[in-house]
This record gives sequence, C-alpha cells and structure tokens, in this order.
Amino acid sequence: MSFLQTNLPYILAGISVGGQYALIAIGYTMVYGILRLINFAHGDVFMWAGLMMVYFSASMPLWLSIPMVLIVTVILGFAIERVAYKPLRSAPRMSIMISAIGVSYLLQNCALYFTGGLAKNYPTLPWISDTVTIWGATTKVVTLVTPVLTILLVIVLVLLIKKTKIGMAMRAVSRDFETSQLMGIKINTVISVTFVIGSLLAAVGSLLYFTNYASVTPTSGSMPGLKCFVAAVFGGIGSIPGAVIGAFIIGICENIIKGLGWTTFSDAFTFALLIVILLVKPTGLFGEKVTDKV
Amino acid sequence: MKQLSKKKETWLSVIGIAAVYIIVSVLEIFIPSTSILFTVLKKGAIYALVAVSMNLLNGFTGLFSLGQAGFMLIGAYTYAIFTMPVAIKLTDSVYKYYHCAIGFDMGFLPAIILAGLAAAAFATLIGIPVLRLKSDYLAIATLGFAEIIRAVFQWDELGPVTNGANVMREYLDLSHIKIPFTNIPFPPTLFVFLIAGICIAIIVLLINSSYGRAFKAIRDDEIAAEAMGINLFKHKELSFVISSFFAGISGALLAMFQYTVQAAQFKTAMTYEILLVVVIGGIGSVSGSCIASFLYIACSEWWLRFLDDSQYNVLGLDILRSGFRKVVFSVIIMIIVLFCSKGIMGDKELSVRRLWEKIQRKKAAKKQTVKEGAENE
Repeated sequence: MSFLQTNLPYILAGISVGGQYALIAIGYTMVYGILRLINFAHGDVFMWAGLMMVYFSASMPLWLSIPMVLIVTVILGFAIERVAYKPLRSAPRMSIMISAIGVSYLLQNCALYFTGGLAKNYPTLPWISDTVTIWGATTKVVTLVTPVLTILLVIVLVLLIKKTKIGMAMRAVSRDFETSQLMGIKINTVISVTFVIGSLLAAVGSLLYFTNYASVTPTSGSMPGLKCFVAAVFGGIGSIPGAVIGAFIIGICENIIKGLGWTTFSDAFTFALLIVILLVKPTGLFGEKVTDKV
Repeated sequence: MKQLSKKKETWLSVIGIAAVYIIVSVLEIFIPSTSILFTVLKKGAIYALVAVSMNLLNGFTGLFSLGQAGFMLIGAYTYAIFTMPVAIKLTDSVYKYYHCAIGFDMGFLPAIILAGLAAAAFATLIGIPVLRLKSDYLAIATLGFAEIIRAVFQWDELGPVTNGANVMREYLDLSHIKIPFTNIPFPPTLFVFLIAGICIAIIVLLINSSYGRAFKAIRDDEIAAEAMGINLFKHKELSFVISSFFAGISGALLAMFQYTVQAAQFKTAMTYEILLVVVIGGIGSVSGSCIASFLYIACSEWWLRFLDDSQYNVLGLDILRSGFRKVVFSVIIMIIVLFCSKGIMGDKELSVRRLWEKIQRKKAAKKQTVKEGAENE
C-alpha cells in the first residue's frame, strides 16, 4: 500500500500517457490491419496537430481553434493517403513503406522550416490544465480526463466497426483485400475512412498529450509515434482492443521505470518489453495467428 | 553483335574501378582539402558502405532489418574508445566525470577491424532470438534493439567506458592517419574510399558465392529454399552478422570523419536515411546503393545549399531561409519514391557488360536506320 502511495504520481501519469498512446496506436493498428503498412508518418501527423494548435490558438478563440485542429488534421491524414499511398497500391510493400518514411521526413522538415527549429509553447487549455490533488498526489485534470475520454472513444469506435456498414466493410477489407473488392466494396473509401478516423484520434491524443508536455518541437512526434506502433504490435497489430491494452501497459511501465530513477532506460524498456512479448507470442497479445501457405 | 569476352570484361571493370581511385587521388592533390566536395565524397563513401551492408540484408536475403544505426553506434564507439591515446584518457579533457577503465590504445587498422567485430558479436547475440521473427515484426524488433543499444551507451554506470552521454573526441580521426611505416599523412578521402571499397568488394564477392545464392533463394521463397536443403537459420544469421560487421566498420569510418561521436546522434532517423538510400538506389543492387548514396549526400549537403541562403531571395519573397533546403530535398525524395519506385538501378548492376551491350545495340539501331534510309531513296 505504501508502494502505491509513493508511486501514485507515476502510476497516474502512466495511465494518462497510456490513454494518449492508445489514441495514437489505434491509428497505427487500423492502417496496418487494412493496408499492411507501418504508417511511419502517423507520429508526425500527431506532431503537426500539436503545432497547428499552437498556431491556431494564437489567432483565434479556443472554441474555434480546437475544432479547426481536428478538421485540419483529418484533412492532412486524408491528403497523405491520397497523395503518397494511393498511387502505390499495386506496388511492392516496401515502396509504400518507403513512401511513409518519405512523408514523415517531409512533415518533420516542414515543421522545422516553419518553426525555425525552436520549441513552440503549447497553449494552456482551460480546465484540463488545472491542477488537482488526489490522495496527496498533485496532477493535472487532463490525467483524469484522458483514460475516460480514451475509453469512451474506443467504445464508439468499436460500435462503429461492429454495427455500421462502413465498419463491416473495414472488417471485410482487413480480412481479404482482393475478395472484398470483388464483392463491390469501394476500397478507396474504406481506406480513406480509416485514415480519417486515425488522424482524428491522433489529433485528440495530441490535445491531451501536449497539455502535459508544454512544448512542441519538429521531432516530438517521432518517439511517441514509435512507441505507439510498439504498443500496437504489443497488443497484436490489427486488433483495436489489443492496441489500447498495449498502450496502457507501455504507458504505465514506462512511468514506473521513470519513477524508479531509470529515466535513461524508459524508452529502451518499451522496446525490451516488446521483444520479450514477440519472442513468446510472435503476433502480439491479441494478434491472429498467421499460417504460412506454400 | 560483337561479343565481349570474359577476360576483356574483367579488365575493363578493373580499369573502371582504378579510374575512380585515380580521380579521387588527383582531386585530392589539386583541390584544397577544405572544399565541400571532399566532405561529400567521404560521407558518400561511408554511406555507400553502410547502404550496401543494409542491402545485403534487405535486398539479397530479404530480411527487413532496421537496426543499422545501432550497429554503426557500436562500431563508432569501439573505434573511439580503443584509439584514444592513453595520455588523453588519463586527463579529464574527454573523460571529465569518469575515470577511464580502458588503459591502453591501439592503431587505427586493428581498431577498425575490432569495431566491425564488436558489432558482429552483438549481432550474433541478438540474431539468435530475433531472426525467428518475420517481416515487419523483425523490423520493429531490430529497431528496438538499436534503441536499446543507444540507451545502454548513454548509461551512467558505463561512464568509465563510454563516457556516459558525453561527446567522445580526440581519438585518431582522419587527420591523424599516416601511411603505415612512414610519417606521411594518408590522403583522407582516398583512405575512406580504400576502406569502403575493400569492404564493398568483399560483400560483392560474398553475394556472388554459393552463400550469396543461398541468400537470394531465401529472399525469393523461404519454404522452397528450405526444401532445397538450405539451413534457413544459419544463412540468415550469417547474413545478419556480416551485414552488422560492415555496418560497424562504417560506424568507425563515420567516427573518423566526424572528429566527435555521441550516442544521441544514432537515432532511428539515421536508419531511415540509409533505408532511403538503399531504396532510391534499387533494392538488390550494390552499384545502385553506391550511386544513390553519393547523390543523396551531395543533394542534402551541397547542391541544395543555396536554398538556405536568404540572399538569393527573388521578388522580395522570404521563402529561402534556413531549413528550406530540407523541405525541397524531402519533396524530391517523395517524387522519386512515387514516380520511380524501382529506384535508380532496379535490381540490376552497373556493369561493363551491360554498358557494352547497350552501346552495341545503339550502334546496330543506327546502322539499321541508315540502311532503311538508303533503301527509301
């Protein structure tokens, strides 16, 4: 109990970061499930959502800038898919992955150009930036809001996938790309919807994440992006509940490691955990077993 | 069509390669060494070596690994630790906060080989568990190991060896290299070209050997290769270890070239850069990787430099300023990736035979048109 008491700030931070990771990891896992593509640019879309918030909030009121960030991030995600991934649909898998790396590079360099390489201060959002005290641990409201919001969004997403027609189409496409095309599913629409959902969740994630971190730099998307992909692989890539659980586990472990004074290893530990899981269960916690066909 | 004899082909190739080295030496004599041309040539050669080593893995064995930056880091640090003179290790000019634990130093050649061996030894260890994974899982696991290596090298407890997260410097860099047994300084660009050239030649020999054919069989179809009696694990591990060995050597060269080395520099972004070079050159083409790495470095470091300079702005627009070069560069990369997804060379090699055949074909075509023209008259 005393362990819990002393480590409560870290555990709370872990749950909060885990929720933010979960929102980003869903974007990775959905895109991978459908296109079999590691969307390296997703972390940079997330970073751009943060930057946009910095720029928009400087010129317009908050009630306008938040929806604007969500909309523009969605447009960005949609545009990336149309410009960089769609032309390569029939190309080998390697090319589309390289295209993703190229987009990531481009987004980072654009951010570097616009910011001049300086860290931009993230605006303070009212209410969720306030501090609260729980059992003697001081934290921001965002820490408590994140897990609730994450779980709500995940429930909505799961309902969307299980109950609606577009959700059914998504499941079909992720099961078999070509057959679903033959069944009259408009692949391009489904893929676009996937990217739209992924970018929207990344934008929500960035609102929550940067409230905790206070500044945005051109490379601040790459490490969270990588970790969220790790979370998605951890949970079994392609599975949404897997990604969410993986993200929470990684977020909590990472912060406990920080709490133990091993800050140098907090990133490395994430990868070590992933490698151990992959060796025990090669397709992640909830991943489907793949069988080799000759 | 005239045929090219095997003997003639070999001779022409040797002459071609020798010409490259002669040009480099001549350039180094006549152009002042501060010219940016040499920066590009040196860095290009180092990237060519690491790109070829990655190509051996990704292009020839079909193992999608993203651990190259980690192995380069091991190589660079091994080199820096073992060549730093003892006199410097004892003072606190480099090891300011730690007492250096390595009480000896060595020459540059054994240290370069040791750098490769250290990377290879580590690759042997992680290869055993990791190579059981497939495609993207392998990629993310190797990437993870590279990140772990980076964290370990920045660890405080290892400070007496790695100097913690601080910069390593004052080891034997390119300006300290002497021609063996004499006191004449080795021309630095030629030195980098020589080491990189020897390593690439060894990789090419390996690819053309029976091992290389086994690698290609694994790339094309693992199950078929296994059925033909190829020991999958043994060959994958071999390819992984050899690739890491050369990545380690290129890391040592990078350390020599840069004068300082810091673990924080070897991020995943570096691996992505190398992967871009491999893909732009053509997956499965050694000469493609070499050409692409020189083009890539020249583009990113030299040719586009004017874009960063605000004095070239026209019409009063404030577009050209620091950072614009990189934006343009990444747009160029996107265009290459989108419109020429096979890369510069595809999976073909730049060889004397192909050039010869092309010239012959062109000659024949010319003759044909002349003949037709005569007939029409």
